[in-house]
Amino acid sequence: MSACLLAFATAVLEPVKLQWLFNDFILGYFQDVLLGSRVVVSRSFADFTPQATFDIKKCDVHRLEEGPPVKATLTRDQGLQYYRIMQTVRRMELKADQLYKQKIIRGFCHLYDGQEACAAGIEAAINPSDHLITAYRAHGYTYTRGVAIKEILAELTGRKGGVAKGKGGSMHMYAPHFYGGNGIVGAQVPLGAGIALACQYQGNNQVCVTLYGDGAANQGQLFEAFNMAALWKLPCIFICENNKYGMGTSVERASASTDYYKRGDFIPGLRVDGMDVLCVREATQFAADHCRSGKGPIVMELQTYRYHGHSMSDPGVSYRTREEIQEVRSKSDPISLLKDRMLSNNMAAVEEFKEIDIAIRKEVEEAAQYATSDPEPPLEELCNHIFKNDPPLEVRGTHPWATLKSVS
Amino acid sequence: MGDSSGSVLTAALLCFFAMDEELERDERVFLLGEEVAQYDGAYKVSRGLWKKYGDKRIIDTPITEMGFTGIAVGAAMAGLRPICEFMTFNFSMQAIDQVINSAAKTYYMSAGLQSVPIVFRGPNGASAGVAAQHSQCFAAWYGHCPGLKVVSPWNAEDAKGLLKSAIRDDNPVVFLENELMYGVPFEMSEESQSKDFTIPIGKAKVERQGTHVTMVTHSRYVSHCLDAAAVLAKEGIECEVINLRTIRPLDVDCIETSVMKTNHLVTVEGGWPQFGVGAEICARVMEGPAFNYLDAPATRVTGVDIPMPYAKILEDNSLPQIKDIIFSVKKTLNV
Repeated sequence: MSACLLAFATAVLEPVKLQWLFNDFILGYFQDVLLGSRVVVSRSFADFTPQATFDIKKCDVHRLEEGPPVKATLTRDQGLQYYRIMQTVRRMELKADQLYKQKIIRGFCHLYDGQEACAAGIEAAINPSDHLITAYRAHGYTYTRGVAIKEILAELTGRKGGVAKGKGGSMHMYAPHFYGGNGIVGAQVPLGAGIALACQYQGNNQVCVTLYGDGAANQGQLFEAFNMAALWKLPCIFICENNKYGMGTSVERASASTDYYKRGDFIPGLRVDGMDVLCVREATQFAADHCRSGKGPIVMELQTYRYHGHSMSDPGVSYRTREEIQEVRSKSDPISLLKDRMLSNNMAAVEEFKEIDIAIRKEVEEAAQYATSDPEPPLEELCNHIFKNDPPLEVRGTHPWATLKSVS
Repeated sequence: MGDSSGSVLTAALLCFFAMDEELERDERVFLLGEEVAQYDGAYKVSRGLWKKYGDKRIIDTPITEMGFTGIAVGAAMAGLRPICEFMTFNFSMQAIDQVINSAAKTYYMSAGLQSVPIVFRGPNGASAGVAAQHSQCFAAWYGHCPGLKVVSPWNAEDAKGLLKSAIRDDNPVVFLENELMYGVPFEMSEESQSKDFTIPIGKAKVERQGTHVTMVTHSRYVSHCLDAAAVLAKEGIECEVINLRTIRPLDVDCIETSVMKTNHLVTVEGGWPQFGVGAEICARVMEGPAFNYLDAPATRVTGVDIPMPYAKILEDNSLPQIKDIIFSVKKTLNV
């Protein structure tokens, strides 16, 4: 109805410049829609609902009397912030896709689009002083843990302005209280338990979020870590991002039990809708409280989905159907879910989201510009950072006459 | 337990003292491993530490090397200074990914953002009668990897000074002890009794001066070389014995200086010959100024290239004996 009126207005009345008539006769409700095409935003922010409470999906629980709340409160500011974060990760990953296809990014590139609600929801529930470690699908977390987009993209393109000066690449980015980016499947899980041990040892009330995928969930070292974490009551939140496929192997073909939230056995567990940022946030908050109260570790399974294949060398359609991917995109996209919730509860305007999108696109584009124009690391620095706090040492080059220098 | 002011002490005791002093000095230091706490250590190296420092700092782990090594590395990443004990380095193979990929490479991969101040220690190499799965020497395997420091002490002083340096080092250090040396008594120098006595990592020591041949060795075989040198001295052959102390980084300067003086090189190790420590030393000498001073090709004395057998006569003949060293020196000198 409103679309027709708009069309009528622009097609018929525009030349007659009679839109002022509509201002008098049409209810304020239609005003924005009709005038939206020529006026930016006419509503003031005071018109929006500042806060709303939403019903969220109940979590399945394992060895717990009760789970996280089934209602979540979202303020307008929080909503816009989560939207911004998820959209930034989305656009950054799509930009990485583009750069990879242009061969400006090489080697491994495991993209996170589709899973944004996990990174955004977790970060919303923990403090910057808490710790986080994940596997190789790490760009989203690198961002949420505080690294600038341009430093992430420049690391992917192997430039000296990359967060690891081009020495690490996609899977080896670090930041304070963010321990990467780890290439060996499952190895990050005992590391995370160790970080939690350090938190307990230092008595600082911090927790460590230790992420792994459905593929890593069968690794023996996970169970070794679970055992010690439970034995010593380490403040570790083990989180399985179940995106249904470990590379090309579906969960049913890899795991005798796909109830990943129960795989901690004696460790309590939660199964969470990983496409809903509010679900993820509430569950992570619940888990963090559990750990901080000295009850020991907890396992969370986030049910999520990746749109891309396992990595850029995997089209992602030989082991799953395009229909399945499309269905998730249209029905469960985490960014759309949040946006629709906010719009239908009058928490923000369509134009606001559009403005945010435009700003993010610009930011990502500028970051990509930086990442493609920044110089590669200088060869003189090839051997640096072998040891910390050591005097310079000689490093053998490719032949006996090539003596290179390494400084800390 | 007392302090290290006695004058004749064993290597095991000195490892203990090193750990005790460093635990006292820095509260971020802690020890974890199998049986390190209530059992007092599988080889009694950590006896008394648990009683003194308690559960928080001396941690018994389940028999899960990959898991507890990863936990130790994670703790090091988050600001602690763990000592991760392997009951023997044979078991470190179960955890080798954490040692190499999580510990050794991280400072480089992160371009200096993330350091890993950890010590991996435990007995390495052959013991007595423990057969093939419990007798491997890992000096060459760990010595291969950039980002690691690999230390191999010989006597009690080495054990104390090098372990203290290793614990104070901000990098991952693999500390290869030797079970057969744990119980051997050594005289301690005055300075080694200080709580701040450290020996620098990366510097070899000339244990015996000589002029006719350079013997380069590490760990238990320093004793063998000194014994062989005593026998050879009676025949007028003066051996210079170099105790490497550190496998990586190798003190090539010390070796070259010696070879340029003696013109002959014999390496002695317990590990297997192929791609071993001796092989590396020979290659390095060939590539440097000392090559032109060699009057004969360098000789490697190594363990026999077989898995370690059990029967005593077989085991004894699987490792370098003093007679093998004497024979090799004479062959090298063509006498």
